[in-house]
Amino acid sequence: MLKKTCIFAVATLLVGTAAGSSMAAGRDYISIVGSSTVYPFATTVAEQFGKTSKFKTPKIESTGSGGGMKLFCAGVGVDTPDITNASRRIKKSEFESCQKNGVKDIVEIKVGYDGIVVANAKSAPQLKLTRKELFLALAKQVPDPQGGEQLVANPYKTWKEVNSELPDTAIEVLGPPPTSGTRDAFVELVMEKGCSEYGFIKSLKKSDKSEFKAVCHTVREDGAYIEAGENDNLIVQKLEANPASLGIFGFSFLDQNTDKIQGSLVEGEAPTFENIADGKYPVSRPLYFYVKKAHVGVIPGMEEYLAEFTADRAWGEDGYLAEKGLIPAPAEERKSFAEAAKELAPLNM
Amino acid sequence: MKTENTSTMQVVNSGLAKRYAKEKRFRMLGIGAVVISLLFLVILFSSIVGNGYTAFRQSVIVLDIHFDKQILDVSNLRSANYAKLVKDAMSGLFPDVTGRSDKRMLHRLVSSGAAFQLQKMIIKDPSLIGRTVEVRVPADDEVDMFIKGYIPRNVPESERRISDQQMAWIDRLVDSDRLERRFNTTFFTAGDSREPELSGIKGAVTGSFFTLLVTLVLSFPIGVAAAVYLEEFAPVNRWTDFVEVNINNLAAVPSIVFGLLGLAVFLNFFGFPRSAPLVGGMVLTLMTLPTIIIASRASLKSVPPSIREAALGIGASKLQTITHHVLPLAMPGMMTGTIIGMAQALGETAPLLMIGMVAFIVDIPGGITDPATVLPVQIYLWADSPERAFVERTSAAIMILLAFLILMNGTAVLLRRKFERRW
Repeated sequence: MLKKTCIFAVATLLVGTAAGSSMAAGRDYISIVGSSTVYPFATTVAEQFGKTSKFKTPKIESTGSGGGMKLFCAGVGVDTPDITNASRRIKKSEFESCQKNGVKDIVEIKVGYDGIVVANAKSAPQLKLTRKELFLALAKQVPDPQGGEQLVANPYKTWKEVNSELPDTAIEVLGPPPTSGTRDAFVELVMEKGCSEYGFIKSLKKSDKSEFKAVCHTVREDGAYIEAGENDNLIVQKLEANPASLGIFGFSFLDQNTDKIQGSLVEGEAPTFENIADGKYPVSRPLYFYVKKAHVGVIPGMEEYLAEFTADRAWGEDGYLAEKGLIPAPAEERKSFAEAAKELAPLNM
Repeated sequence: MKTENTSTMQVVNSGLAKRYAKEKRFRMLGIGAVVISLLFLVILFSSIVGNGYTAFRQSVIVLDIHFDKQILDVSNLRSANYAKLVKDAMSGLFPDVTGRSDKRMLHRLVSSGAAFQLQKMIIKDPSLIGRTVEVRVPADDEVDMFIKGYIPRNVPESERRISDQQMAWIDRLVDSDRLERRFNTTFFTAGDSREPELSGIKGAVTGSFFTLLVTLVLSFPIGVAAAVYLEEFAPVNRWTDFVEVNINNLAAVPSIVFGLLGLAVFLNFFGFPRSAPLVGGMVLTLMTLPTIIIASRASLKSVPPSIREAALGIGASKLQTITHHVLPLAMPGMMTGTIIGMAQALGETAPLLMIGMVAFIVDIPGGITDPATVLPVQIYLWADSPERAFVERTSAAIMILLAFLILMNGTAVLLRRKFERRW
């Protein structure tokens, strides 16, 4: 009985002190949320920052771009995050919701670029694809192969049917689910571009925007496209096990597994570090992070963290982030964003 | 009468072989089921151990570090250029390497953590300045992967992350006994890191410990008190039936729902800090409570009524009967239920996602309000990392988690064997 009373006492004490301390004190570490694509880069900077400065290592949650924006825009104060990472630009609606909740000044920093690759196992031949072919292979509805301006349910079963120069293997593509930022970017950069090559679909964009989106953005659901979850390592393993399949994922996973998998050429360009940095490889997207200006000076270490991230030893061409697979932005772009980080120039939309 | 009797025996005898065969078949099926499940277990374990055992050894490079007085002096111990000390030592081993890009390639063989290791050494013992010491610094994760055979030699240079030149350097280091494999203590003493060779599970294990502590401290007393009241004091009516149905329902609710509840109530309403073991423990308490209540009630029920009646008969009050006689007898069963509930909580990630415990946290938490993560979350985060060296670390972390689970469940079995009484 005595033991139990003791436990009760400890419990109340613990909860009491914890509640008290958390309410009263501020936060002495930076809290970061957002995209899982930026996560490997942000964590690397955070770790470096924690080791080389007198500040604590920032805490980074991988919530996805959208989830991060929601938390970021919830308001100002120590219980909201200071920085959110995003694998796409902030949306107008998100910016407005930020404004509405009192998050007035937001600083936008473009980190660099990320390539999205279509890859297969080394044991299979390297493919040369175009965005149009990818659209034809993966869309739910495609223009009638017989000709004419009507859409039919995707009839293509093998790559050879899409283009006679491609191998005679069944279309099987492993890719991210709709919740993923990589999927959004793939749909926008590949599918939409591919379907815009059909004049009658392109004209839809002006006349009926939602119909255009439905045609271009909808991925087939008959088993040719397999949603493989957010774990890109798993896709790499599956590609190795099944050389006939293709996978869609971020460049850093290709970079780390060059002995197992190869990236397909898209529009004649191989997904190499140089080609993505030059903008030759067509499927790449910018990565961003957004800073809450009101927290700078309140949360210790904010300015120093920004300085670390925007230093050339981090995001430069030979920086440690390039080692992790980040494609650096061109020098002038880096310079202007480093300036913005220093002066905390707020974003206007 | 007699004929009838024989006919019954005949019927029994004629069907006997068939009945025995039936029993035999049933037994075989049962054994088959056990064998199949054991087989899956063996496959699971062997794949995890096969992937993960190499993570417990780590390649280190033995360097003769000269703590140069030119670079270090008492005033700049924290900010001195320790990386240069490492680079100088490496260049000393390979005097023939010249040229900027070659040197960069060479220096890449050593982990970026080496500089911080030297910094720690100097701060601990400044008398090292000016001396030359043999130091074992971690090799880069790719060197480690190469040594362990995960990066093949016999493929074209462009297809591996170690160049031909680096391969030659590594071979030279191995030949001159400068590169050795040692027990990976970093794995047990460090927090998370983006560099696989510097990452460890201590942060996650500490986080799990604090989280489970909060869970235990909250759920055990509440669970036992609820069980005692419901079993011993509560009248049997619609109201208690309703409570019972709800407790059983709670046990079947998907754990992510508790996470959502935690987010709405503990974070948004009470304003507890995000990512803290305190909130994690509270959420897991909600999840384990039904398990503990149900197990505790079952073990209270198994105490025979004669014990209660005897105690009451010699004049003990109801409370005395329960605290002096029923509870001690039911305690082993309650403990077993609690341990199983805790083991369940240890392996949980879904509810923690909602309250921000799925995060990159380097510093090892020092209390229940510090940001922390837990073991299964660490496994999830590593499994999602592109670096090849995290594959073995993921499996190694799974092995640690399994070891804890086996330990906890083993304790539960032991407790039951040792203290449980049967009537």
